[in-house]
Amino acid sequence: MAIIKPTCFQDIILHLQTYWAQQGCAILQPYDMEVGAGTFHPATTLRALGPKPWAAAYVQPSRRPTDGRYGENPNRLQHYYQYQVIIKPSPKNFQELYLGSLSAIGIDMELHDIRFVEDDWESPTLGAWGLGWEVWCDGMEVSQFTYFQQVGGHDCKPVSGELTYGLERLAMYVLGVDHVMDMPFNSPGSIIELKYGDVFRQTEQEYSRWNFDVADTSILLQHFEDAEAECKHILGEPEIDPKSGNKIIMAHPAYDQCIKASHLFNLLDARGVISVTERQSYIGRVRSLAKACADSFLKTEAGGSFE
Amino acid sequence: MTNLLLELFSEEIPADLQNKACEDLNKIVTNALVDAGLTYKSSNAFSTPRRLCLMIESLLNKSPNTREERKGPRIDAPEQALNGFLRSTGLTKDQLEIRNDKKGETYFAVIEKEGRMASEIVSEIVNETIHNFPWAKSMRWGSRSIKWARPLHSILCILCAEDGVETVNIEIDDIKSSNVTFGHRFMAPAQFSVHSLEQYQSGLKKAFVILDAQERANHILEDARNLAFAQGLELVEDNNLLKEISGLVEYPVVLMGEISKEFFSLPAEVLMTSMKEHQKFFSVKNPKTNRIEKFITVANRTTVDNGETIIEGNQKVLFARLSDAKFFWENDLRIAKTGMVEWSQKLEKVTFHNKLGSQSERLKRMSFIASAIAPLANADIDLANKAAKLCKADLSSEMVGEFAKLQGLMGSYYAAEAGLPNEIGLASKEHYSPLGPTDIVPSSPVSTAVALADKIDTLTGFWIIDEKPTGSKDPFALRRAALGVIRLVIDNDLNESLEKILAYGFYLNSISIHNLSMNADEQYIDLDENNLDQICDLIDLNQTYKIREVLKDLVSFFHDRLKVYLRDQKINHDVIDACLAMPNNTNFSLLAKRAKVLQEFCDSDDGKNLLHGFKRANNILIAEEKKDGVSYEGIADLKYAQLDEERSLFEILDENETAIINFIDNQNFKDAMNSLSKLRSPIDLFFENVQINSDSKIVRRNRLCLLNRIRLIMKSVADFTLIEN
Repeated sequence: MAIIKPTCFQDIILHLQTYWAQQGCAILQPYDMEVGAGTFHPATTLRALGPKPWAAAYVQPSRRPTDGRYGENPNRLQHYYQYQVIIKPSPKNFQELYLGSLSAIGIDMELHDIRFVEDDWESPTLGAWGLGWEVWCDGMEVSQFTYFQQVGGHDCKPVSGELTYGLERLAMYVLGVDHVMDMPFNSPGSIIELKYGDVFRQTEQEYSRWNFDVADTSILLQHFEDAEAECKHILGEPEIDPKSGNKIIMAHPAYDQCIKASHLFNLLDARGVISVTERQSYIGRVRSLAKACADSFLKTEAGGSFE
Repeated sequence: MTNLLLELFSEEIPADLQNKACEDLNKIVTNALVDAGLTYKSSNAFSTPRRLCLMIESLLNKSPNTREERKGPRIDAPEQALNGFLRSTGLTKDQLEIRNDKKGETYFAVIEKEGRMASEIVSEIVNETIHNFPWAKSMRWGSRSIKWARPLHSILCILCAEDGVETVNIEIDDIKSSNVTFGHRFMAPAQFSVHSLEQYQSGLKKAFVILDAQERANHILEDARNLAFAQGLELVEDNNLLKEISGLVEYPVVLMGEISKEFFSLPAEVLMTSMKEHQKFFSVKNPKTNRIEKFITVANRTTVDNGETIIEGNQKVLFARLSDAKFFWENDLRIAKTGMVEWSQKLEKVTFHNKLGSQSERLKRMSFIASAIAPLANADIDLANKAAKLCKADLSSEMVGEFAKLQGLMGSYYAAEAGLPNEIGLASKEHYSPLGPTDIVPSSPVSTAVALADKIDTLTGFWIIDEKPTGSKDPFALRRAALGVIRLVIDNDLNESLEKILAYGFYLNSISIHNLSMNADEQYIDLDENNLDQICDLIDLNQTYKIREVLKDLVSFFHDRLKVYLRDQKINHDVIDACLAMPNNTNFSLLAKRAKVLQEFCDSDDGKNLLHGFKRANNILIAEEKKDGVSYEGIADLKYAQLDEERSLFEILDENETAIINFIDNQNFKDAMNSLSKLRSPIDLFFENVQINSDSKIVRRNRLCLLNRIRLIMKSVADFTLIEN
């Protein structure tokens, strides 16, 4: 397959979408909530649970409030994009499929040094862990490659293979750009040429200020408590919907509240109001929500229960 | 005879697991082979990121036949006994032999086992080994249930004899053994078949795989040295890094890249740490400028452009990394210039331990303790105080946030930038030391005071909240801290008891624990003006501690560490006990000196004999005192001495007693022991020629008091009763 070299950020995304579509993944859309990483998308977290096969790929806008640098750092952003692939069970040729995706975005295997360097992945807030690697291209980490072992405290059987590409960094490397804000967003030569900075510099400034100095911590704290309470409330409802008489377990709405709590925790952390000892307790509270959501998902059809 | 080749081909195994995996594979398989009767000439295991490999040479083709005879019950024994015997041998009654034994006719079982083919045995062993392999960390993948470090793809298992090659049949889930393997992931991915150990290795080499990790390491080291040398530069060697990198590549290609000049201003340690931790680069030094100016990276392949793209990519990544480092460094310098105030303030919000308060509180306690120790260490009190307050300020710096390993060292750079005296920077750098039994002990006075304050605060704090080490658990490294105190005191000859300083540590920590807001004047205690009891009373006054018991417990913890330390210096435990029993036993410097000299003395001829004489005197006294119900502590009088040997003992004691006591007072143990030696022959002669018992009660009493005088003099040197013969 002849590869047309990407010339801009969106080319990288489009090439990845095409490639993984060709490999049989369902190309999903980003989850419509604030998350810290593509893993939080229910298409990964929840679908990694239970026996049903699954294959999906998607872009996920991700927010890490503490990484905000007012748009000045060459590669640190509080809002960035991850590309996420999840296949269950992990195929035997998963590494080859992954390397194929690097070729698809214009990385020539004959010229570059690709290495799989040990990296054990753990998400204390999701009660999840897996083993795998950071993938290095000429010394730069271009992806995370993980075989999920546990999610929400449950053993993954079968095991899902997960890939996460940090899109900005990867694209900057492929396109040879030194500062993220200088990276072409659409094709150079378009009628209206847009750089990454034209799209995101201002928002980086605005959110950096808000994240670090303005966000009202008492409101955030209240929202955290609310999300936690609502999550528990949803999961406490009976499985049978009294209106229809059908069994409707509300794993996804509950999980939305868990995602919310997790992001609120990140915001509070960026505001510097969480002490070292409190940190552990907040993480523990989010984890117990995640576990409860995982438990309830496993009772649903998608979780493999109605067979 | 046959050769066995086993290769377990997988996805990339973490570098730090490979070595042990090699050893385990070799040990487990060969042990099992020998147990099964298959002996061999030699075995070797190898690893690359993608394969674990075992080669066994000259293995038996077949295990030997075995014949085992077992004696059973007598033929008239109860039915159950016979049934049990049949069950345990797996035979039927008619297969048993009846023989005439001493006790009558008895059943015998003769169990003959035919030897088994190597292929059959190897198949079982390998299967078992893979299923139970002792990985430190392993995983499942796909829908399989087996675990391996990373997904296992294929198993090459063959027996190579002169008359041909046989594939050993192994099936694990859907993985079936074969006689094929694969070359380098990128440079020669095709499979090829294998028919001998030699051809396997040469085949791999042709396919760009160097099987032996040591060979890869040698190759990397040699090429890296040469590459640097050719440009008049020096490789900064790093064995751990070399080992790790050898486990990351199958075909190492050494490449050298440039560090952009704008980063030359960064401290060398920052460059080296960033390059090693983040990028696994070796540093290359220019001996003329003494700067780190280039780096060496090891790629896993050759390319048509001789690695140019790879070097360029690595340089770019390094540029971003070092830009970060430089950004941190410059921000840090700005804050350092202002005297690091902002960092010290930040430490108010950093918890040291939830019961012992913030880092900032801890530093305050350390500064009081450092001031109290300063005179002992010959350090300026104010300087020691200030150094202790600032020694951990760098924990708030961005650089230490990024590279925790650089703590202390960065502090010394920042102290210099702040225009502080050298001693303060040095204390920041050195106060964590000594970190282990062989780590260098700080020797400059201010560093010594702060290093001691650091450890004494830790120990007294955790002791008072009862977080002591138990068994193998020592999460706060308190054993190491106590050994650190001992080494600091002894190496720097801090010649004073630590009791009051430890009590002061308890006092300061008790204030933090109870969140008592006190101003500096209230926290200050003048250790010269207050005795131990007064300090302890201060603590007990406010709280409910039995502080004297806590102190006693901590001192005995120190003594245990001291015993370990002195035993390493070849000082026997009884000699140490004899010294610990003396007063002032929290003066560790004094203790160590006394113990060292006493050990020499006990090893000498005079010492051994004198010890003998002492024991004899002591035993007589104990026996007689018990019998008579009195103690012979009175003064012996020369005028009741009847024999020459008695009189000369008086003489020698008169001559030496004062001297010995003076020597001891001046801690001159060497001369004290020399003087003691002079007592040896008069004592020997005394015991040879003088009967203690006499018809005259006065004479007998006088002799016993004379013995007591010997005992007292010797006990002023050490408690000789505790020394074994």
